[in-house]
Amino acid sequence: MTGADTSRAAADTLTGGPRSGRVRRPGVPLPLMLPALVGLAFLLLPLVALLARAPWRTLPDQLTSTAVWQALQLSLVSATAATAVSLVLGVPLAWLLARTEFPGRGLVRALVTLPLVLPPVVGGVALLLALGRNGIVGQWLDAWFGITLPFTTAGVVVAEAFVAMPFLVISVEGTLRAADPRYEEAATTLGASRFTAFRRVTLPLIAPGVAAGSVLAWARALGEFGATITFAGNFPGRTQTMPLAVYLALQNDPAAAIALSLVLLAVSITVLAGLRDRWMTAS
Amino acid sequence: MKTRSARRTRRMVQVAGAGAAALLALSACSSSSDSSSSPKSDSSSSSSSSAEKLSGTVTVFAAASLKESFTTLGQEFEKQHPGTKVTFNFGGSDTLAASITGGAPADVFAAASPKTMAIVTDKQDAAGTPATFVRNQLEIATLPGNPDKVASLKDLTKSGLKVVLCDKTVPCGAAAQKALEASNLKLTPVSYEQDVKSALTKVELKEADAAVVYKTDVKAAGDKVEGVEFPESAKAVNDYPIVLLKDAPNAEAAKAFIALVQSAEGSKVLTEAGFLQP
Repeated sequence: MTGADTSRAAADTLTGGPRSGRVRRPGVPLPLMLPALVGLAFLLLPLVALLARAPWRTLPDQLTSTAVWQALQLSLVSATAATAVSLVLGVPLAWLLARTEFPGRGLVRALVTLPLVLPPVVGGVALLLALGRNGIVGQWLDAWFGITLPFTTAGVVVAEAFVAMPFLVISVEGTLRAADPRYEEAATTLGASRFTAFRRVTLPLIAPGVAAGSVLAWARALGEFGATITFAGNFPGRTQTMPLAVYLALQNDPAAAIALSLVLLAVSITVLAGLRDRWMTAS
Repeated sequence: MKTRSARRTRRMVQVAGAGAAALLALSACSSSSDSSSSPKSDSSSSSSSSAEKLSGTVTVFAAASLKESFTTLGQEFEKQHPGTKVTFNFGGSDTLAASITGGAPADVFAAASPKTMAIVTDKQDAAGTPATFVRNQLEIATLPGNPDKVASLKDLTKSGLKVVLCDKTVPCGAAAQKALEASNLKLTPVSYEQDVKSALTKVELKEADAAVVYKTDVKAAGDKVEGVEFPESAKAVNDYPIVLLKDAPNAEAAKAFIALVQSAEGSKVLTEAGFLQP
């Protein structure tokens, strides 16, 4: 009879009826349990392998080399800068998408998410064609202000912001949609301008979503490889971030690559774990 | 009861199917030359006769600088031996060597330096000793018309000039380093690119003013770049070794491909591309 029970439960779920009562939960069905466990193992196994094969004995030497610190420092600085750029431009963009009506909004949203699905190397080529020394906009930047972005740390930030900002926009837009617009409306009826309402009411309301989006964007920027190496090139201390260093080290010194990967892994875990308790569960 | 169980089965099949699809997609990503699923040549029954009919796919891992000439030779091979197919994986020799020692299914490895070839032979992944089939010399690639008037290797050290080099781990980068050291020059590039083609691309897109690449790359780029020869390049000529791999899925056809590369016809194609004979 359990079959009938589950199918009734499934039907109720489908109709979306508010079932506040306690549903008797049968054991986890095998067709779900098995792939779930395989999936978990699949995600964790590579990380375990990284730890198992790590050159623990030579690790202190590997990690104290200036090249590693240079790359790590550059990665942290550029990922943070890219997140800052994403915040300044992305939060208003998310607000525009969530709170205003304009023709073609659906299309704009689709275009915003495009860098999410675009292969990063393609993004890098596109950035070169747009902002490179000979690019559509880049040639004017060069002619008028003498600014060239490729092969500079600023170029790294641009490449990382390009791939990371959509994460922030999507996350913040989702939070904005979930937030009740009546608070803002109340504020405006009480005489606040729309910008003041945004600053004093909306922003505090969506802070958890902004924080979660920032973490996502930061993590994405930290791991960025394809767009960075294509747009900003690879020069130690200037544009060689950790992922680039890992890739190039893998060619002739796998032990160094593993050591670098461990550093990146540790940084990512620390940041995600540190922020999770504070913000991500609040949303 | 019957319909329900049927539905459940279908659902399970769907789950399994999705999993299998995911695995397939993953394995398709893991190596760009996974097309060796086609029938192998029956190497077991190969006693002697060179006239034996070859079939199946030959997978060739070759240095990025060999792209144009090997693609031509691959088409020639397919024409000479109907029923065969040559698939290529072009890239930085060090990357290719790393994937071969990592177990990538390949029949032939052609590297741009003995050093990167040694990565494969040291791991006993090669069948036999590598043979040098061509040599390649460096050349400076500048923007069309050479607007910065680059005439020598020394000119590249001028301040304000954006120069890209190959990374030192790649043969073209190692050779450039050797040439620079031999002439006591100190050059700070704007970028160390991961292979010779991406160094060239930076000049083609006019993002860099000059790159130190191979003669063959300058030739292949046509009028998108202008080549400047420099005498120091004679001190850093790269030997290109080719070898049959030990775990070659299609050893017979692979041997025939290597023979074509080393034949008079092969060297004609390679010389036309700008390679030097060993």
